[in-house]
Parts: sequence; structure tokens; C-alpha cells
Amino acid sequence: MKSLLYAVTALAVFGLAFWAYRENYATQQVLKETRALQREIGAAQVRLGVLKAEWAYLNRPDRLIGLAELNFDTLGLLPLRPDQFGRVDEVAYPRPPELEITEGVDVSGLNAAAGGEGQP
Amino acid sequence: MTRTPLRPLARILNARAKGQNPDVIEKENIRLRHEDMQAKARQRAEGRLLVLGIFFVCAYVAVVGRMGVLATSEPSEPIASAVGSAIAAQRADIVDRQGRILATNFETHSLYAQPRQMIDPEAAATRLAEIFPDLDRDELLEDFTGKRKFLWIKKKISPEQKQAVHDIGDPGLLFGPREMRLYPNGSVAAHVLGGAGFGKEGVSAAEVIGVAGVEKEFDDYLRDPANGDRPLQLSLDLTVQAAAERVLDGGMKLMNAKGATSILMDVHTGEVISVVSLPDFDPNERPRPPTSGFDPSVSPLFNRAVQGVYELGSTFKIFTAAQAIDLGLVAANTVIDIRGPLRWGKFSIRDFHNYGNALTVSEIIEKSSNIGTARLAQQIGADRQRAFLEDLGMLEPTPVEIVEARGGQPLLPKNWSELSAMTISYGHGISTTPMHLAAGYAAIANGGYHINPTVLKQNGPQHGERVMSAEAADAARQMLRRVVTEGTASFARVPGYQVGGKTGTADKPKPRGGYYEDKVIATFASIFPSSNPRYVLVVTLDEPSVIAYGEERRTAGWTATPVAAEMVKRIAPLLGLRPQVEPPQLTDITLTSN
Repeated sequence: MKSLLYAVTALAVFGLAFWAYRENYATQQVLKETRALQREIGAAQVRLGVLKAEWAYLNRPDRLIGLAELNFDTLGLLPLRPDQFGRVDEVAYPRPPELEITEGVDVSGLNAAAGGEGQP
Repeated sequence: MTRTPLRPLARILNARAKGQNPDVIEKENIRLRHEDMQAKARQRAEGRLLVLGIFFVCAYVAVVGRMGVLATSEPSEPIASAVGSAIAAQRADIVDRQGRILATNFETHSLYAQPRQMIDPEAAATRLAEIFPDLDRDELLEDFTGKRKFLWIKKKISPEQKQAVHDIGDPGLLFGPREMRLYPNGSVAAHVLGGAGFGKEGVSAAEVIGVAGVEKEFDDYLRDPANGDRPLQLSLDLTVQAAAERVLDGGMKLMNAKGATSILMDVHTGEVISVVSLPDFDPNERPRPPTSGFDPSVSPLFNRAVQGVYELGSTFKIFTAAQAIDLGLVAANTVIDIRGPLRWGKFSIRDFHNYGNALTVSEIIEKSSNIGTARLAQQIGADRQRAFLEDLGMLEPTPVEIVEARGGQPLLPKNWSELSAMTISYGHGISTTPMHLAAGYAAIANGGYHINPTVLKQNGPQHGERVMSAEAADAARQMLRRVVTEGTASFARVPGYQVGGKTGTADKPKPRGGYYEDKVIATFASIFPSSNPRYVLVVTLDEPSVIAYGEERRTAGWTATPVAAEMVKRIAPLLGLRPQVEPPQLTDITLTSN
């Protein structure tokens, strides 16, 4: 009985030691992956920051004013004026699509009346 | 194990036969046995001591070894979990009220040299001088061949320059990473943003610190790594700011002014939507502060809106009128005797024109009568006037979150006498910044609540304590509207936006006392739309002068007012304000209070 207990204890110690060893390496692997991912995220964020800065730089008001003046003959952009405010009811509804008439049948009231008289 | 008996029968019998005491044999055997037992116990104990000793030695060696390792290795945090804050540990961005970037960071490189490692200093110096035209070849060569071990060549270089320097191929030329502050919009909102510079510099990094404006005011917030991904949101609107700068710049040139400032503020939240001070600068290339010995306001770094302490003239009259109505001394239609000049000791108060013998309070504001407001101030008294202006925040620097605003300490009379009260009633004898004026007009426009101007975005109205009754604020508002429709600010009529405001023209003080004859500060402080005011606009021109109808004109009605009107026309649509037909004044309904 006692020796069985010893054997089980020894096996448990081996098992736990193996588990701890494995866990240790698994953790280190995950940490390594996380660090790599974080480096990637950091690089992506730096790139994002640069892109945002470029976007802001390309959209700076001075440049937009210059571009609007440069392309005035094609775009005709001018500063917003107070009289350009409209109301919703000033916006026209889109015209309803016109009915396409195919295989038209000529109908005349006169013919219909004349035909009608001929019927019993 | 064989046990030897204590009383072996053979020896006992033998001893008995010889007549000896057999107990001696037993004693002897007991002694022997004890000796034996002692020896065994001793051996065992010694063995245990040895094991224990080895154990302790091992433990001691382990501890000492660990201590030795710790002492000789580089310290590092034990990593139990991977944290994400290290990623965005850079200075936080600054954005406008709609999230558009006003200031951000950019990774760049610095260039330094270690002359000891240089192979061909002469060629390196020549090539560097070609790449950077502002460097001098001979000076570089002197540095490279001298005793120096290390020198900075450039703090910030572009990627193209870096590649060019790389192509020189000298191992003594080295690059260090640098994070620089970038203001993509150039000079737009330059005075609010301020600028940033390098603090402590190392080869591998340098700290970026704010040197002016909100960059300095919120330096701790911006530098805190925890806020790396939480940008500082200002109340400014980039579009409005850019439009205001353009209009004001045009106006300043048309009116031949040497400086100009404008403030657009939300009257309920105190948010400054746009604040312009001209001339301005590019915060990416912040100029050096002026050396002492001349007027600081000449420098483009000077923020006229919050630092420029001026006598703002007749724009103050509305405060006098509003207070007089608030105290119940007069009503808008009370007639005041304005025969002049009004003498007080050696001092006499005159009007710009002769307006007759008597005017109502409303007409005094419309026509801007100094004598009329001085009479109102006499009724109010110096103490109550001082208390009222204090409530409006006119006696302290404005709390706006720009570092320079703390320098905008109003200049007050040392002794607030009755004469001071009379001159202050029309804006002379007290010098404040345009920001103070904007906050004061906001109190009138929002129905009588104190407002603290702020450059941070707010969520909803920030009404402070009440400084005047709603009725008084309402009466003042109507007077301001009548100044535009009937009085001195007729140029401010903008169809659909019901601008109400007051002009103010003050002579500029000479540095050594007295006033210039031909230099003025022209101010137009306005609220719009006046039937339900939402914004305050203050426009101030420094030394304007314009020829109109064959005459040189400097008064605000001819200079600041048209600029302000143009600005309202440009900005109000951008703010989403729809032009409205002015509701008629309900003359037969009067507000009463019991």
C-alpha cells in the first residue's frame, strides 16, 4: 500500500514537472507571438499616423483653396453663400418614368361607337 | 541482528560457582550495549548533520548565485502578460471639433557625426554642404577634423535627405530616430496651437515638449502615454478658422491695418470656434521670440486676441447701459441730458459729433454718445460698476486654455474714482483683451449668464452665475441690433443674419504716455442672429485707415465693421446658420416683472 502511494506520488511529480515544462514553453511562445503582433500593430499604427498626417496635409485649407482656384473653369467652386440654403420642398421629385408603349392599338371613340351600334 | 543476552547463563553459573557477584556481568553487558547504541546514534546524527549541511550549502550557493546573476545582468521586468500600452506611447494628437487633425507626430531622423570614425572628412563636409545649403563646408570640416568626438549636424531631416547622406557612405555620419510634431495645416490656428520643440535629446530619442499655446498648456496630458490614442479635441472648427483667417487677412490689407484679430465664440457653451491673430506664423517653423527692446506686439508670435491688452473704446458702452437697466435706474427709452462738454475737474468729456441736448438710452448707444454713458455711469457709481465688470470677468486674465492668456492681465485704474467710472463707461481707462470683450458680449447674448471662454470642446451650455437680469440682457440685445439698423454700424447689415453690435474706436496710447492723434484701435463687437443670438464675433483692427468718400477714415464703423460683416457672410453658412427673416419687434407687448 505504502509503496503504491510512493509510486503514485513519484508519477504525479513527473507528470506535474512535465506539465510545468510544457506550459512554460507554451507561454514563452505565446509571449513571442504577442510581441511580434504588437510590433506589427505598432508599425501599422505608425503607418496609419503617417497616412493620417498626409491626408490632413493634402486636405489643408490653403491647398484646397489653391486647387479650387486652379480648377475654377471646370468646377466653378466658390465659397458657400447664405442664399444657397434651400428648403426640402424646393427639391423637385424625380419625374415618374414614362410608360413605354409597345404594340399600340389605335382606339377611337368614333369607331367604338359605330361598332357598338352594329352589335345587337 | 543477534541480541547478546545481558545475563549469559554460562558465565552466571560460572561466576556463582566462583562466588562472584553475577550482577557485575550484567552491568558490564549493559554498559557494552549502551556504548554500542551510542556509537550507532552518533553515526546517524553525524550523517543527518552532513545531509543538512549539504542542503544548507546548496541553498546558500543557490541564493548567492542568484544574487550574483541579478547583480551582473541588465534589469528587466518579469513578463507575465503582454501589455498594449507600449504601442501608442507617443505625444497625443490635437484635433478640431470635427476630429480633423490640427497637430500630429511624424517619424523622421536626426543626423549626427562621430568624427573619430570618419574616413574622409573633407569629402563628407563637401557633400553635406551640397545636400544642406545652409551648412558651411569649412565650418563642418573644422568640426570634423578637430578634437570633437560627437556633434549634431541636423535635428530633423527628410527621407530624401537621409538617403542622400546615406549615399555619402561615411561610417562617421549616423542617424538617430526622431519624432517631430507636424502641423499639417500650416499657419491655420497657429496662435492657438503654439508649437513644440525638443527637450532632452539623446541619440536614440528626444522628448517633444510644447513651447506655446495649447501644446504647452496641456503638455502633461499630451505627453502622458496613457493618452496616446486619445487626442485633445479643441472647440475650433478648421473650416471656419481658415475662412476667418482669409477674410480677416483681406480686410486687414484693405484697411491698411498693421495687425488684426477676430474671435468667434458660441454664446452658450463659451467655445471659441475661431480665433485669429494677424500677422501669424507657421508653427512648423516657429520663429524665435523677439529679443527685448521693442514692442512685443510687432512679433508674429504675439497673440492679439488673448495677449493684446487694449482700450476697446465705445464697445464698453453697452455694459454701462445694460447695468443701468439691470439696476432699474433707467429704461431703454429714458431720456438722458447729453449737453456737453461734460466737465469733471480739469477733465472734460466730449462727443464725436454734437447730438443735441437729450437722447434716450437706446439712442445714446446707437449714436455712441460718450456724455450720455458717462451720465449713466454717474448714476451707477464706481463701486457697482467695478463689481459688475468683475462679474463679467473683465478684471482678471481670461481663463481660456492658451498659455499666453495668462499674460492678458487687464489694466485697471489704480483708484477707481467717479471720473474713472465715467471714462470706463465708454471704454477708456480700462484695457482688456478682445477675448474679455467677447466673453462680456456673450453674457448679454445668452440672456445674462457669465461665460468662461474655452478652446476645448464642450457638451452643452456652460452657463455660469447670472450677472444681469434676462430683461436687461434682452434690452441690451435690442440696442445692439438698433446700432446696426439705425446707428453707427450700418455696414454690418448682413441680410438674413440680423447682426447686432457696437463699434468702438480708441486712440492708441503712446509708450511714454499720452495718445497718438492718428493711430487707433478699431473694434466691432457683434452678436448674431440677434433675435436668438448664438455667436459672438469680435473684430479688432490695429491702426486701420481707409480713404472713403474723399476722406481718410479710421473709425470702426468704416473699418472693422465691414470686415466683420464680410466675415459673418462667409462664416454663418459654414456654421450651418440658415438666413432668416427678422421677426418684427412686438412693440405693444412689454416684459414686466413683479
